[in-house]
Parts: sequence; structure tokens; C-alpha cells
Amino acid sequence: MEMLYYPGCSVQYTAKMYDTSAKAVCKKLDMELKELPDWNCCGATTYMSVRELVSHGNSARNLALARREGADEMVTVCPACYITLYKTNEYFQTNPEFADMIRQGLKAAGLDYDGGLRIRHLVDVIVNTVGLDEVEKRIKKPLEGLKVACYHGCMLTRPFGGFDSEERPVILDRITRSLGAEVVEYPLTAKCCGGMVTNTESSKTIPVVAGLLRAAKEAGADCIAVACPLCHMNLDFYQPEVNRYLGGDYSIPIVYFTQLMGLAMGLSRRELEIGLELVPSDKVLGKYA
Amino acid sequence: MPRSELRTKTRKQKLSPEELSDTFLSHVYALPDGRKLDLCIQCGTCSGSCPTAYAMDYSPREIFAALRAGMLDRVLFSNTAWMCTSCYICTVRCPQQIKITDIMYELKRLGIKYGYTSPSTRSAAMARIFINITNRLGRNNESELMMRFYMAGRWGDAIKNAWRGAKMFFKGRLPMPIGGREVAGLSEMRKIREVLERLEEQKAAEEVKH
Repeated sequence: MEMLYYPGCSVQYTAKMYDTSAKAVCKKLDMELKELPDWNCCGATTYMSVRELVSHGNSARNLALARREGADEMVTVCPACYITLYKTNEYFQTNPEFADMIRQGLKAAGLDYDGGLRIRHLVDVIVNTVGLDEVEKRIKKPLEGLKVACYHGCMLTRPFGGFDSEERPVILDRITRSLGAEVVEYPLTAKCCGGMVTNTESSKTIPVVAGLLRAAKEAGADCIAVACPLCHMNLDFYQPEVNRYLGGDYSIPIVYFTQLMGLAMGLSRRELEIGLELVPSDKVLGKYA
Repeated sequence: MPRSELRTKTRKQKLSPEELSDTFLSHVYALPDGRKLDLCIQCGTCSGSCPTAYAMDYSPREIFAALRAGMLDRVLFSNTAWMCTSCYICTVRCPQQIKITDIMYELKRLGIKYGYTSPSTRSAAMARIFINITNRLGRNNESELMMRFYMAGRWGDAIKNAWRGAKMFFKGRLPMPIGGREVAGLSEMRKIREVLERLEEQKAAEEVKH
């Protein structure tokens, strides 16, 4: 199976291990991620803060390019890209006036979009298209004994729901359980990590990040599995600030769910780029790699 | 790069509080489902759900109250909209189905457009730099984004994050801060931008007439 893939800016550098591990895992699942040619930035949450329609226009160019490739579905790994593209697509399909304006913009650039694309996130594709039974078939080294807090973050299921609950998603829990790992109870799983504000005004949002790490530690988690480059950044990069704020010594490794999947499927650390995170994961993941 | 571009507080066209409320309403009404704004019952579910309400000068519910009281300028000059992380929990929970996150975005846009952004917030500066980079390259360059953000007088953060930033750079997780790969369809993006900027203004102008 081949799927059109929208990588997004973050996974080129900051979250490159997400891109690498996602591709490696998909290959194991007999699925090839084919990159959308000449994709542009979706605008994330930031472009929208300055211009609304233009931001949707940028996002719509990607949708038009995807249709030109003849695709019915496009998969993303970054929840911010996912929700930005999804939102433009959703408004396009449900609001004729909006669609008309977007098409006028695209026409000026010699492009067109018919609204026929479906935007999907990789977790949805893995669970609902590939199927967890297929995942289980390929498990070589079950992650027995590993306690994982699955952190979904906000944009995986909000605001549109789509494939899981907006308030208490469980899709990452299901994937992680299928790898043989133990999923700890993590009630803050869909609470925000501060998003981009943590990067601009970390002093104000550190309490939010601290709450997430403390809850994971209290639940007995060895590591936190995430599906979002920004969640990874905020929980990993800002742990020293959290330690200063709480006066604790938190050192919880943050890993992408695709890295855990890869480990269970017998892929090596190098193939999954484990070790690029700032809070080292050796102690926790060493015995599985 | 001119420093003025990075200043969060730029005095542009000054609007009276009434004009400001009208402009805000016309822009919000122009959004998909924007008219639902009128249905707010002041229940406070948004404020109670917001993960960053504790750091806001005015909570989300108070925005709607301020709008009705003709005091929107106070909200715009506060940090409220810029503390919104866009997590959509308010939008999902609002019993009147008001798209509160979209309205927060509108407040940010108005603040930037009319120079009302709070001087205490830094996210507006970040947004301007981000737009500048993505318009120029078609994609974001995270190193350039953070460097330009720090260089605009946030040396404390730069020093605090330098060691971890360097670690990321040597792990190959940060690009070179200058240049970066350009998207081939940059001219396409520019054309789309020109048309949609014009349409956006037109649509808001029509809403004012209504």
C-alpha cells in the first residue's frame, strides 16, 4: 500500500526522529509513505494569528497539490499540520462561500481543488486501516515490563473528533498495549502542553508542563509516548525548567509512539533515531534495543 | 532586519472602542459559524476548561462580557488572546457551539492589525517573524525563527536555552539559521496570498454594511 504523506516543517529537523521512525514502521507494515512534492508550510497555529484566509490558502495549496497527484487520502504525522489541513478541508467541504474564495485564490496560481481529499493522521491509519492485528503479527520483541504514559495532546482529536474522543482519546493507549507494554492511567492525556506559548513565554506555561510530567511520574511511568513534535519539544526540552519550578529531579524520557512501535518490531536504535532526545532514554529503553 | 518589525506595540490606525467592537464583530461574523458568537450565555465553561486561563489578564468568558459592555479595547490590550495555545478544549465544550478558538485568533489578528497587542506578550513578535519566514521560504526554518526572536531583546532566554539548543544542533535537529530550502511554488503561494488578502477585506467590509 502506498500513501501520500505530508511531512511538515517540524519533522525535517526538530522532530526528524519522528519522520524516520514513522517511515521505518510503515515500511514494516508494508506501507510506503510517498512525500507530497513541493509541499509548503501549513501555517500551523501561528500564521492564523496574523491572517485568516491567507493561512487557509497556504494550507489549501497542499490539498490542491495532493489532488493533482491523484490521491484520495493524505496522511500526516504532526497533529498541528493534521488539524490545520483538516480544518481548511472541513470548511471547504461544508461552507460553499469559503470554498469559493479559496478556489479563487488557487485559480490565480493555476491550481484547483475539488474538496475530494481526506486528511488523516498516522495513528488513525495504523489502527483503523492497517489494523492492530497486523501490528501484533510483526512484533518481535514485546516491550514487556515497560510502563508508558500515553500523551495524546490537544490537536490529535480536537476540535473535530474524527477518529477518537475529544476529551479522553485512547488510540495511543491501544497501540502501545498491542506492543506488549503496560499503559499507566494518565488522566491528563489530552490536556494542553502550552503549545507554541511555551516556546515564547515558558515562564508562564511551565506550570502546565510541570503538571503533565508530575502526573506521569505519579502514575509510575517509565517514559511518555507522544504523537506530536511540539508536545515532544515542550516535555523534553523544558524538563530543567520544570525541575527548577517544582524543585524535583524529573528525568522522564519522551519518545514518539512510532519509536516504541519500531523497537517492538525489532528495529535498531539507529533505524529509529533513538538518542536524539535531550532527556536520555538509555536507562529505560536500553534493554529493548 | 528592521527592529520596528519586531516591536510588539506598533501604533497604527487608532480606532475608538465602538469602531473596534464593530470591526471585531464584522470579522468574526465573516468566519464560518461566526454568528454563533451572539449566543454566549456567560456560563464560563470556556474559562473553567482553559489550561492557561490562570495566566490571562481576562479569562475567555470575560471577552464576551467585555464585548457586550463595549470594552473590547481592554481585552485587546491584555495578554488574553496571546496566552491561548489553540488547544480547542473551549470550542469542544461550549454548549452554544461557539468556535472560541477561532475567535481568539481573530483577537490576535485585530491586535496585530491595529497595534493593540499587549506589550507584555511576546507571541505577537514570534508570529510576525514566522510569517516573514514562511512567506519568504514557503516553509519554516526553526533556527532562524528562534534566533530572530531572541535577538529582539530576549537575551535571557537565548542564554538559558543556548546549551540545549547547541545539543540539538549537533544532533542534527536544527537547520542552519540562514537560508533554507525554498519551495518551488513560492510564486503560486504569493498569488494565492494576494487574492485572498483582497477577498478577506471585501468580505469583512460587506459584513460591516449588514
